[in-house]
Amino acid sequence: MARAATTTDAFNAVAEPRRREILDALAGGELAVGDLVELLGLAQPQVSKHLRVLREVGLVDVRDDGRRRLYRVNGAPLQAVHDWVSRYERLWNERFDLMDDVLDELGTQRPTDAGTGQGD
Amino acid sequence: MTTTTKGSAVLTLPTDTEILVTREFNAPREQVWRVLTEPDLIRRWWAGQRGTVTEATVDLRVGGAWRYVMTANDGFEVAFHGEYHEIAAPERMTHTEVFEGMTDGDSEPSLNHYTLTEHDGRTTLTVRTVVSSKDVRDMIIATGMEGGMQEGYDLVEELAVELAAA
Repeated sequence: MARAATTTDAFNAVAEPRRREILDALAGGELAVGDLVELLGLAQPQVSKHLRVLREVGLVDVRDDGRRRLYRVNGAPLQAVHDWVSRYERLWNERFDLMDDVLDELGTQRPTDAGTGQGD
Repeated sequence: MTTTTKGSAVLTLPTDTEILVTREFNAPREQVWRVLTEPDLIRRWWAGQRGTVTEATVDLRVGGAWRYVMTANDGFEVAFHGEYHEIAAPERMTHTEVFEGMTDGDSEPSLNHYTLTEHDGRTTLTVRTVVSSKDVRDMIIATGMEGGMQEGYDLVEELAVELAAA
């Protein structure tokens, strides 16, 4: 399978730190491009470019408010990211939790004269 | 008398090519080592809750091979194998790890470093996974997780740090 292009999914979209900053900024409410330029200290063309990527994967919506275009977050595409991350995090923790169980059993099976587990 | 904490592993990303997982166990190092290296014990934890381990082959010597296979709950098989590069029981172990399920065959090997330190009868395990090159990382991105892998790890780190602080 060919590598996914930058703009194809939420995973790629949020891989870029500035785009995450934009999402963070928009999490507080609707903003215009000019507001984001000011908040993030980025040039306007850069902000617009990032916003275009975020729009293409559906992470931000835009609406016209008079002369201003206001952007807001649509969190739905992030569900896929969250699901994937949770699976990975959970796998490690499940394994380690099961290791705890095995270790508990090994502990109770230890011969009484085995000392304090200091080894040799 | 268990004083372990469920779900207490911490996953971080020290560099672009490394993944570090740390977890403490309420057991002496010798026992944690056994759980990590004895097939009968590996069978009981390696698949997590996601499936059943159907093979756990361990030839624990430098140059020796290992292979784990699990049947996931959804029915498909997941297999990994590798070779031991360093064994210093019960302190350190290094082995390669190859994922057999890539669309075009096996993955390039990663190198996994295990370090066990004991303090007051409790053991801290760190597993440091090093991918061999940027090409390998890109390949993983291109096939296995279809764009999500490294990006996901960044988020895993943030999430793991959050969980650790909670």
